[in-house]
Amino acid sequence: MNAIAKSPAPQHLDTQSHVSRSQVIASSERKIWPLTGGVHPEENKHQSTGCPVSVPPLPKTLVLPLSQHAGAPADPIISVGDQVLKGQMIAKASGFVSAALHAPTSGIITAIENRPIPHASGMYDLCIILDTDGQDQWCELAPVADYRQLSSEELVEKVRNAGISGMGGAGFPTAIKLAPNTTINTLILNGTECEPYITADDMLMREKAEAVIQGAEILQYMLGAQECLIGIEDNKPEAISAMRKAATGKNIYIVVFPTIYPSGGEKQLIQILTGQEVPSGKLPADLGMVVQNVGTAVSVKEAILEGKPLISRITTLTGDALATPQNVDALIGTLAEDLLHYAALKESELATLVFGGPMMGFSVDRMDIPVIKTSNCLIAATQDEFPDAPDAQACIRCGHCAEACPSSLLPQQLYWHAKAENHEQLMHHNLFDCIECGACSFVCPSSIPLVQYYRASKGAIRTQEAKHAKSERSKQRYEGRLARLEQEKAEKEAKRKANAERAAKLKAAKAAENTESDAKAEEDPIQAAIARAKARKAAAAAGSSESTPARQEPSAPSQQLSAKQKELKVQLSMAKAQAKKTERALAAAEASGNGDIEQLKSNLQMLNDQVTKLQQSFDESAQSDAANDSNKNKSAKPVLSDDEKKRKVELAMAKAALKKAERALAEAVESNNESTESFQQAVDECQAKIKSLEVVVLAPPAETAITPSADAKPSAKKAKAPLSDEAKKLKIESAMANAAVKKLQRAITSASDDELETLKQQLVEAQQKAAEMQQALDNLTNGNVGEAAVESSVSETPSAGVSASAKKAKAPLSDEAKKLKIESAMANAAVKKLQRAIASAGEDELDTLKQQLAEAEQKAADMKQALEILS
Amino acid sequence: MALINSRSSISQRGRETSPHTLGQNSTQRVMNLVIMATIPGLIAQTVFFGWGTLINVLWCSLIAMGCEAAVVSLRKRSVSFYLSDCSALVTGLLLGLALPPFAPWWLSLVAVSFGMVIGKHLYGGLGQNPFNPAMLGYVLVLISFPQEMTTWLPPLGLEGHNNSLTDALFTIFPLGQGVSVDAISMATPLDVLRENKSLTINELWEANPVFDGLAGRGWMWVNLAYLAGGVFLIWRKVFTWHAPVGMLAAIAVMATLFWSGTGSDSHGSPLFHLLSGATMLGAFFIITDPVSGATSNRGRLIFGAGVGVMVYVIRAWGGYPDGVAFATLLMNMAAPTIDYYTQPRTYGHRKANKGLPKKD
Repeated sequence: MNAIAKSPAPQHLDTQSHVSRSQVIASSERKIWPLTGGVHPEENKHQSTGCPVSVPPLPKTLVLPLSQHAGAPADPIISVGDQVLKGQMIAKASGFVSAALHAPTSGIITAIENRPIPHASGMYDLCIILDTDGQDQWCELAPVADYRQLSSEELVEKVRNAGISGMGGAGFPTAIKLAPNTTINTLILNGTECEPYITADDMLMREKAEAVIQGAEILQYMLGAQECLIGIEDNKPEAISAMRKAATGKNIYIVVFPTIYPSGGEKQLIQILTGQEVPSGKLPADLGMVVQNVGTAVSVKEAILEGKPLISRITTLTGDALATPQNVDALIGTLAEDLLHYAALKESELATLVFGGPMMGFSVDRMDIPVIKTSNCLIAATQDEFPDAPDAQACIRCGHCAEACPSSLLPQQLYWHAKAENHEQLMHHNLFDCIECGACSFVCPSSIPLVQYYRASKGAIRTQEAKHAKSERSKQRYEGRLARLEQEKAEKEAKRKANAERAAKLKAAKAAENTESDAKAEEDPIQAAIARAKARKAAAAAGSSESTPARQEPSAPSQQLSAKQKELKVQLSMAKAQAKKTERALAAAEASGNGDIEQLKSNLQMLNDQVTKLQQSFDESAQSDAANDSNKNKSAKPVLSDDEKKRKVELAMAKAALKKAERALAEAVESNNESTESFQQAVDECQAKIKSLEVVVLAPPAETAITPSADAKPSAKKAKAPLSDEAKKLKIESAMANAAVKKLQRAITSASDDELETLKQQLVEAQQKAAEMQQALDNLTNGNVGEAAVESSVSETPSAGVSASAKKAKAPLSDEAKKLKIESAMANAAVKKLQRAIASAGEDELDTLKQQLAEAEQKAADMKQALEILS
Repeated sequence: MALINSRSSISQRGRETSPHTLGQNSTQRVMNLVIMATIPGLIAQTVFFGWGTLINVLWCSLIAMGCEAAVVSLRKRSVSFYLSDCSALVTGLLLGLALPPFAPWWLSLVAVSFGMVIGKHLYGGLGQNPFNPAMLGYVLVLISFPQEMTTWLPPLGLEGHNNSLTDALFTIFPLGQGVSVDAISMATPLDVLRENKSLTINELWEANPVFDGLAGRGWMWVNLAYLAGGVFLIWRKVFTWHAPVGMLAAIAVMATLFWSGTGSDSHGSPLFHLLSGATMLGAFFIITDPVSGATSNRGRLIFGAGVGVMVYVIRAWGGYPDGVAFATLLMNMAAPTIDYYTQPRTYGHRKANKGLPKKD
């Protein structure tokens, strides 16, 4: 950069330029710096500077797009049918980066609807349609006599209310640029107008030089800038002399520099006038500079000194299809066709209509498009003027584009990588520093539409980045959730273990007691133990120490019932909570538009059924409570406790199923249906389990009916109680093992590098669980042996009759058999599941799974054996 | 009504992207300028080494166009569209200039068709070839047919110089009675210098009739003619000065560094190297091929310098009298790497990007 600065004499002064150009530069005092790259397209400016700026007749209709500026569209504050006056605000700025809109003339609002707007895509957007009344009647204005009496904040507010946005082409709301966070030293007014054909700023400076200078002074005051530079290309000698005259005696420099495209780009103008470069991704304000178009300066002056909002602008009407090319002071919202006909359009010759200049403007395919605040030029071109681009040839990497690039990019490399969609390389070659000036396309010998490739690539990269950011957020959420679930599970597991240990201790103590006391005395302690265990579980589930076993123990009969109810209540509320969760998940799924909504709905249905069932059980229990209270019939208790046990098991399983379904659906939502198949499988299994549960639910009454006599009950209870506890444990454990297996399955199907860690964790857990299951199984078989021992001791007890002991032995056997049968079936199911898992498992998990299978098979075999022994 | 009217004339053409106006540059123009710029060299070579050069150029151009047309039609593309960019013509022309004047017709056929079909089109055609097609063809025949490739004719003014058009024609295409190439061939100055082990430079100059002036009879003028053509192309902005200057400067520096005076072990003076052999043809017409060269200006400077260094190394210590073709191909291989490290500094950036993109 310093090397460039050493050569103040412009090296690429256009050799063909007029003599007067070198003269105007010679009389310029300030040092200038050359532009990097650049091209010299044919200027074609003389056509439209032949006559002064005229005012076309008032059009019948004005179409005022709500989005004429960069940022959020304006917000209409009038309604259809309203009568408005010239200069009246009709839409207010809807955010920080937004600009207000005013009625360019008086009339009636006839519609607020979608109309074609000036946009490269040919899009439609919301516009306010104003039918003019021909009165052109101003609203009340509030001019400021001496702007120096006001603070810069007040002035910025006035600029904001005047709806002024950059008039050079980008249309950035001016008020924002006038309230920067940094200290501004230099105000630069852009009168470069480097695009061919356009002469709007040229004519403005010729005819309103005083207004430009006044505007510059106001802007300088607002920004507190010590220095003001007005940059003009040397192809506008009339404008330069007018401006010099107006600026005489003012602290404003008119800086003239050689004509080269794209010297009028904000960054390029800063480079030419100051030798500095705006750092990539920063704003000129970061260098202490603000650049405004000369037209914007005039608008600011009119807004402050005359109180007039931005309702018209100078627009160049040019092109060979116009008989009288010229500049007009057009009302914002005037349709292109009105203006073109005003400039005597030769419609048969019109081939292309361009909004803006030939280098960066866009062509439109219709003429009922309005002039907006940024429309500096309309080119009605003939076919010869803008001929079709020849077919693109192969890139020979000649590097002419790199010579022309004002940003010192390598367009030929960008093209190469854009074609390959190599976004990494595009970023590495600073694609986003491309200002899309079109110089590369202009010089390309192979007629490759280079800029279009860059625009498309930028769009693709932006889209991809947005997607990436979204998936990154989802991933974080998902991982956070996984960690949370793991933690919860670990906590539960720890609690469960502690409870189991305590229960085992209690049981041992009771067993010791039992052997000491007689048969009749056995009844109460067992029931009390069951009740205590239940109470503990209920307490654990509720997560509170509200109902301590100690408090419940004193009155055994009533305490049993309240524990039942509490437990049911807790379970009911949990089921309800889960149903709610599922509902929320369903809502989220619907909102995010992901699939599986059907499955979620069916899950929810299932949950609701569960809730209803639980509610029924709860009610039944309450009723039986009442019955118990009135009858004081203790014999009803054991039957009830059987039902409860079964319900408990059923509920545990239902819970497991629900959790599984939840997890599966969460996963489906978060992984965007990648593992829909495994999810489907999980849901199917869950449903199957629910069905089997229903069978179990139906079973109890039959069982109760089968129970032969009250005589057998005590011993039945005695034999049954420990067994059913174990069975419960085993069932729960087997359900958990199943869950682990399923988890593994899911992990396997959706395993990727990232999830390997989680997968490993899950594997460890599954192994642990399998081990626990094995242990539980061992306990059960030991328990059977112990039971057998107890029974034999009972039968040997002299006080008890042989027939009684036979009865005792027989009744428990059938119950045990049933339970064992169920267990064995479940073990077999586990084996089958594991086999399936192995079939779909990866190599890593194969060994573990095989081991698990072996264990499960052993368990199944043990079960069979136990069953055989019992029967 | 207004709507229908407003859509009528411009809607047919639809919306187009900017820029709407294009410069007058075209690939064809670039290639035509290159062809024009070879004319001085072609004339000088014809004057000093006979009609063989001209016949070679025409014959090679014909083969090149034929190969291009054949491959393009095999690929079911428009033959006229691809021939009109004149890139095939330039490849043939440059090979014609590089081959010895009395190279037999089949030698040219092998060189040109290999360069065009294998070297260019099998890589995907224009713009896709990593190697300079002309030099690929040249190196193939140089390795395969060393005898035919080193039979240069005695230059103008020496005994045995044959300037008859029919002799040249019949020697290249043996349809009638041509001249025996072996009988009239003569080693080039670079060859003589390389083989020299005993004579001082002055003795060599006196003893050998091919030496005349700075760089050998005729060779100096041929090189100067190519230099003139090259300067013309730089002036017309067909390519930048970086690659040629890099190469010539590197040759000059190397020749100066290793110039041990005028003894018998001398490798020749810097001027001798600059104006001898294929130096100028290589500097302005071979290594300036943008497709197979480096991309940025700085990269081209490095690319040219690399070629220059290697040309000198091959000339001084290698197995061949001249090394432009080998040096070019070797640097072609290095071009992508050079590109990685020579990105220009973009506007608004403090440093230029180097190497491969960083992975996040």
